[in-house]
Amino acid sequence: MGNTSSMLTQYDIEEVQQHCNYTFTQQEIVSLYERFCQLDRNSSGFITADEFLSLPEFAVNPLSLRLLRLLDGLNFKEFVAFLSAFSPRATLQHKIEFIFKVYDTDCNGKVSFNDMLDVLRDLTGQFISEHQREQVLAHVLEEAGYKKDSLFVLADFMKILGNSGLKMEVEVPVD
Amino acid sequence: MSTTGKLKSSSSELDFDRPNIEDYLPSGSTIQQEPHGKLCLRDLLNISPTLSEAAGAIVDDSFTRCFKSNPPEPWNWNVYLFPLWCFGVLVRYLILFPARYRVLVLTIGWMIFLSSFIPVHFLLKGHDKLRRKIERSLVEMMCSFFVASWTGVVKYHGPRPSIRPKQVFVANHTSMIDFIILEQMTAFAVIMQKHPGWVGLLQSTILESVGCIWFNRSEAKDREIVAKKLREHVLGTDNNPLLIFPEGTCVNNHYTVMFKKGSFELGCTVCPVAIKYNKIFVDAFWNSRKQSFSKHLLRLMTSWAVVCDVWYLEPQNQKPGETAIEFAERVRDIISVRAGLKKVPWDGYLKYSHPSPKLKQGKQQNFADSVLRRLEEEK
Repeated sequence: MGNTSSMLTQYDIEEVQQHCNYTFTQQEIVSLYERFCQLDRNSSGFITADEFLSLPEFAVNPLSLRLLRLLDGLNFKEFVAFLSAFSPRATLQHKIEFIFKVYDTDCNGKVSFNDMLDVLRDLTGQFISEHQREQVLAHVLEEAGYKKDSLFVLADFMKILGNSGLKMEVEVPVD
Repeated sequence: MSTTGKLKSSSSELDFDRPNIEDYLPSGSTIQQEPHGKLCLRDLLNISPTLSEAAGAIVDDSFTRCFKSNPPEPWNWNVYLFPLWCFGVLVRYLILFPARYRVLVLTIGWMIFLSSFIPVHFLLKGHDKLRRKIERSLVEMMCSFFVASWTGVVKYHGPRPSIRPKQVFVANHTSMIDFIILEQMTAFAVIMQKHPGWVGLLQSTILESVGCIWFNRSEAKDREIVAKKLREHVLGTDNNPLLIFPEGTCVNNHYTVMFKKGSFELGCTVCPVAIKYNKIFVDAFWNSRKQSFSKHLLRLMTSWAVVCDVWYLEPQNQKPGETAIEFAERVRDIISVRAGLKKVPWDGYLKYSHPSPKLKQGKQQNFADSVLRRLEEEK
């Protein structure tokens, strides 16, 4: 779909819907397109990091910089695919895959102790000392039967997070 | 503080102990109720609440909503209404607009003429009181012409402002025309950002006579200088009453952003004024990012009318034990309720700068505290 026109054709909508595995309705895709155009102020076809950070609600989120790495240079189709993990119609597996991607910064399919430590650091900032963070993480890993040098793959995440209801949803406003 | 991109991080001056943001965000997006019990791996790995908040902000955030101008619903879609609409367009553009344009040009001409008419000052030099009275009436009259040039239909409620020392007037801000609408009733002195172009010219010629304080958003030290000027003005007995728009930026008349505390720590009475525009006639929101003031004025002048309500509300004083910020929030509440606006916990200047890192740190602290607490519980 072009960024020259701000109109989305029916064909475009169906293509995007297929790409995100039908997790969004056509109406939601139209709303998301309006939002995408609103955020993409210079109409470049993708939303820059600065444009995301101009949303104060996003900028104050502890994981914003991490997410920006995943959001970098996405066109509209990929933008919708990114958000599809947050649709109520997304499968639990899809959501856990997304979480795994957030942890796995070097995209090698494995999450290490240090990767987990990095995310924990983003979430807690200066309010827990580095030493304490390592201790806490090592402690809960041990309790769960893992070792400090274990490498986690997606299946491990499924096991750990898959049991009780994981709630990760946003509502797309449809007027 | 590191800077990212071309937006600067807001200085600590703009950061104040704000009301709890969680109260304002939709309930589904807050970090859920304090978890209890033993801390396990799942709790640390499960970043879904934080991710949901981020995604929620990407999809729809409360700050951008304040500056969104919703396009009106097209109503001219059938064979009877469409010709009527066309006729309306002809009337608005070919009859109303030229007439209004002439009035506007006349007004501006008069304004420039009178302001450079220095002899008025000299003639009545000895009679300061009389001179001020004439100047005030002239300004009010010129503003009424300006209002007429876009057919403003303004309904004023409440007692008219009285000229007394040690009081300031605060109002919600939608467009620069707010000032003119209020000015036609009372010659206020005002604090403004200097604009480029013909607006700037008008500002420097006319507004000097009513007493104007200039500020510059981009200058860091500016705040202190302006605060000093404000204090001086308010204490002066002969100065015109001061009108301030504490939001600091134009908002779309559906929401209010946080009021800057500067106007509330001058130690004087604050008189709130609420302004609400009727959107049926025209959307009076000036989206300064999207259009210049000229285009905005053009839109106003080619619509049927600008209809609005102005309420002069009960003057408020800072209660004992109330901080300036609490005072500002209380007055914002009064104005928002009267004009039917929703409150948003964001600083209007976030249009131009990034939020303070303290907000992110607040979230980090919450999470850290919860983790540490659960560890303690285990022991």
